[in-house]
Amino acid sequence: MELLVCIKQVPDAKDVRLDPKTNTLARDGVESIMNPFDRHALEEAVRIREEQGGTVTALSMGPPQAEEVLREAIACGADRGVLVSDRAFAGADTWATSYTLARAIETLGSFDLILCGKQAIDGDTAQVGPGLASRMNLPYVTCVQKRRQVDDTGIEVERMMDDGYDVVRLPLPALLTVVKDINEPRVPSLKGKMKARKAEIPVLSAADIGAEKECIGLAGSPTRVVNVFSPEPRGDRKIFTGTAEEQVDQLIEHLRDYL
Amino acid sequence: MLKVDSEKCIGCGVCEDQCAFGAITVEDGCAVVGDTCTLCGSCVDACEAGALRIEEAESGRGTVDLSQWQGIWVFAEFRHGVVAPVTHELLGVGRRLADQRGVPLSAVLPGSGVRGECDALIAAGADTVYLVDDPALARYREDVYGRVLEDLIRCYRPEVVLAGATAIGRSVIPQVATRLGAGLTADCTGLDIRPEDGTLLQTRPAFGGNIMATIECPDTRPQMATVRPKVMAPLEPDPARTGQVVEVEIDAGLLESRVEVLETVVSEAEQVNIQEVEVLVAGGRGVEGEKGFALIRELAEELGGAVAASRAAVDSGWISYPHQVGQTGKTVCPKLYIACGISGAVQHAVGMQSAEVVVAINRDADAPIFDIATYGLVGDLFEVVPLLAKKIQERKK
Repeated sequence: MELLVCIKQVPDAKDVRLDPKTNTLARDGVESIMNPFDRHALEEAVRIREEQGGTVTALSMGPPQAEEVLREAIACGADRGVLVSDRAFAGADTWATSYTLARAIETLGSFDLILCGKQAIDGDTAQVGPGLASRMNLPYVTCVQKRRQVDDTGIEVERMMDDGYDVVRLPLPALLTVVKDINEPRVPSLKGKMKARKAEIPVLSAADIGAEKECIGLAGSPTRVVNVFSPEPRGDRKIFTGTAEEQVDQLIEHLRDYL
Repeated sequence: MLKVDSEKCIGCGVCEDQCAFGAITVEDGCAVVGDTCTLCGSCVDACEAGALRIEEAESGRGTVDLSQWQGIWVFAEFRHGVVAPVTHELLGVGRRLADQRGVPLSAVLPGSGVRGECDALIAAGADTVYLVDDPALARYREDVYGRVLEDLIRCYRPEVVLAGATAIGRSVIPQVATRLGAGLTADCTGLDIRPEDGTLLQTRPAFGGNIMATIECPDTRPQMATVRPKVMAPLEPDPARTGQVVEVEIDAGLLESRVEVLETVVSEAEQVNIQEVEVLVAGGRGVEGEKGFALIRELAEELGGAVAASRAAVDSGWISYPHQVGQTGKTVCPKLYIACGISGAVQHAVGMQSAEVVVAINRDADAPIFDIATYGLVGDLFEVVPLLAKKIQERKK
């Protein structure tokens, strides 16, 4: 089975901190990591390959340094990594991103199953997965919490809903986005790390994937960020003191309107 | 491309500090732009010397005649016999936008056996309900719902389409926006409209709420947005309001699906969606186990709220994943959030810091949760939580 996983490199949230005094983003020493949801998508793809045979391709769109997450993906079991990178992609919103990924996937060949994380933790939109599926005219299911069954003809999964879950069957080829409940990702093996170090990571440019200029980057993005600002800080903050009872009494006094 | 005018740049470094992506460095007294630039434009606004500008490639989309698109639409989400509460919230904000712009507000209601819901949607603010009642829509399927919405939007051309940022909304709307070539903004917390040109000003948290961004779609229609539950206020239902129901027949071909829903399971524990309640009591590592969660649950019941949890508590198996708040869980914005035994690591904070009031109960006075709390209680949650529940109960008498 030919599997493809979309992976995004994101800033590590544990390094991104809000300076409580200035209420601005302190980003000193922010490291980049593999988007946590994508790690689960990768793990699921590797497990399916282990059961069914085939190959797992990890695909990322991003600046040249996003190559790091593709090496990490190889260390965690992917057979190969491909980077789509071009300055012309800068400023892409989810519409232009799904276009770019779709063109890249079509350039790479045909796949039975495409897996994505539910969303990326830096944007939280959850839009690229469904967008990619509709560009490629694939049936899709979002927020998959469990894979029940997969074979050459189709896949049966549990889709997490707000009030429980649905059991859904899709024919292949198809696209899934996954939540973290689906599996426990493995840590890279020593062999995997060695393979990752030696791996060639091909880089596809806008021209390589035959992307139309007006569909990529900022020009291809229907949305525009017109203003960025800090949220209003919380007014009236209080840390109570005294015995547990005294603190609880003070809290109840302050929460009158909410009780 | 972000361009630096080296003549004007004074090398002050304001842009370097402003950039959330670490894409700008000042070298030899002049700003240099790196590969991680996302063209968000915040540096352009911050630059006092006027040395930065974003140069756009020729856009291929200036050809859409924006005046052909009119009216505000709300996707009415129907599941398990009820219209999702967020639909009424959307009609509340949609009414305001429609009145500011002087256009009608419509609800689009796909489902099976949903005819009876139309009056309530009109009472909640809709002028028109587009009703698509078909057995093929009994269960939510991505492809069918997506095609029905796309077809209606192409036919009636609304300038704005709003949907709840629910499991269904976040799954189906991106597909529709992609095929329509429309801009879509996820999880908006603020919506406004410029009456003169109908531009929707969509404000949403970015970087887990650490910064807010306002987004526009200047050249495309419809302008699409999802809105989190509990962010907007519904109108008081007015049964005297009048409106029109337009029943739409859908081409049978559009109702064919490749997706088969074999079973729908409503989980007892998940019947309360933590994104839709006004009060959440959340437990973390400090709750120490299922026994501790019983105390959390009691307090939640006293407050008429629901139970949430940090990732540590979910990973320890004390409570199930749908209760998890934070980066790899859900984002919530209740009126009151009581965090018990949660240290408040940023991964948790990003999921709850837009709550109106945050109460932190923690033994460790240095825990970061106190930095984002409105009210802090430093103490043993096993003492504080039952005491708080008791006092609230007494108060009610």
